[in-house]
Amino acid sequence: MPQNPDQLQQIVDKVSQNLRGAITGEEDSYGDRVLIVARDHVHDTLAAFKAEGFDLLLDIAGVDLLKIEHADRFMLTYILYSMKTDLRLRIKVFVAKDDMKVASVADLWESANWAEREAYDMFGFEFEGHPNLARILCHREFEGHALRKDYPLMKGQWATTASDLMVDLERE
Amino acid sequence: MGVKGHPITKAETGLITTRLDEVVKWGRKNSLWPLPFGTACCAIEFMSTVASVFDISRFGAELVRFSPRQSDLLLVAGTINYKMGPIMKRIYDQMCEPKYVISMGACACSGGFYDNYATIQGINQIVPVDVYIPGCPPRPEAVLDAIIKLQKKIDNTPARMPDTN
Repeated sequence: MPQNPDQLQQIVDKVSQNLRGAITGEEDSYGDRVLIVARDHVHDTLAAFKAEGFDLLLDIAGVDLLKIEHADRFMLTYILYSMKTDLRLRIKVFVAKDDMKVASVADLWESANWAEREAYDMFGFEFEGHPNLARILCHREFEGHALRKDYPLMKGQWATTASDLMVDLERE
Repeated sequence: MGVKGHPITKAETGLITTRLDEVVKWGRKNSLWPLPFGTACCAIEFMSTVASVFDISRFGAELVRFSPRQSDLLLVAGTINYKMGPIMKRIYDQMCEPKYVISMGACACSGGFYDNYATIQGINQIVPVDVYIPGCPPRPEAVLDAIIKLQKKIDNTPARMPDTN
């Protein structure tokens, strides 16, 4: 089912009018509308789009821009989808290396819980307000963040203890 | 039938002469109880090795156990990453002597094509390996070949384990 560009544009216009200064840029990429959002407005903006019917957070992706000329080192991409209207939307947020704090959206979508833990594990984003910001893929004794471009590819780290999965599951 | 180098004497005497050493080795090599530590597609290949067409029970190793207390052959079939390392080591430690390890497939032997921070580049860094099976994944015949090689190895090693106490 094709997306309805007018309907998406109306939602974007409405959100950007309500939240002045939050959306700093727009682009189209591979058929998706992409919005660039200021880091301090992540939670407001995503909450506004959720209220407009984006009921699924499909994924959160981290990107390390070390090898690309850019003012900020890291980028986060949130992929939203509306089951009611079949609209897709991507939100990009640029994050500087010195201050990697980003508001957590785990209170808006349950799926953000593990997605944010993965982004923390692999890149070191610090999601403020996350209920349990622990490593999810690497061992808890792992030092550094494996998907950063300056992490040595072959640098394995020996773990001394077995991690207990039940600790996490019982928390949730 | 007979134990290696010591053919059973004529049945009418009702006596078998051999050495205790040989009897123990004969028992060990023909009753390997594998613990399949399967983490990837190699474990699927091990399943077909156990099933009727290839039939690992022809070699006495069909009694697959999922408790380290009841098994003496740790068959590592699949990718072992650093997070899995302590778990596999602990299972090996829980097995009773004498115990043997078969490393099945490219991942367990060398990390395979996972040349990265997450994967252990060969389980011999954690546990002593008796037989390596190459392949990605290996054919069931290769698994049977490894069992035969391990049986020969048991046969050629003194049955009494060195006193480690």
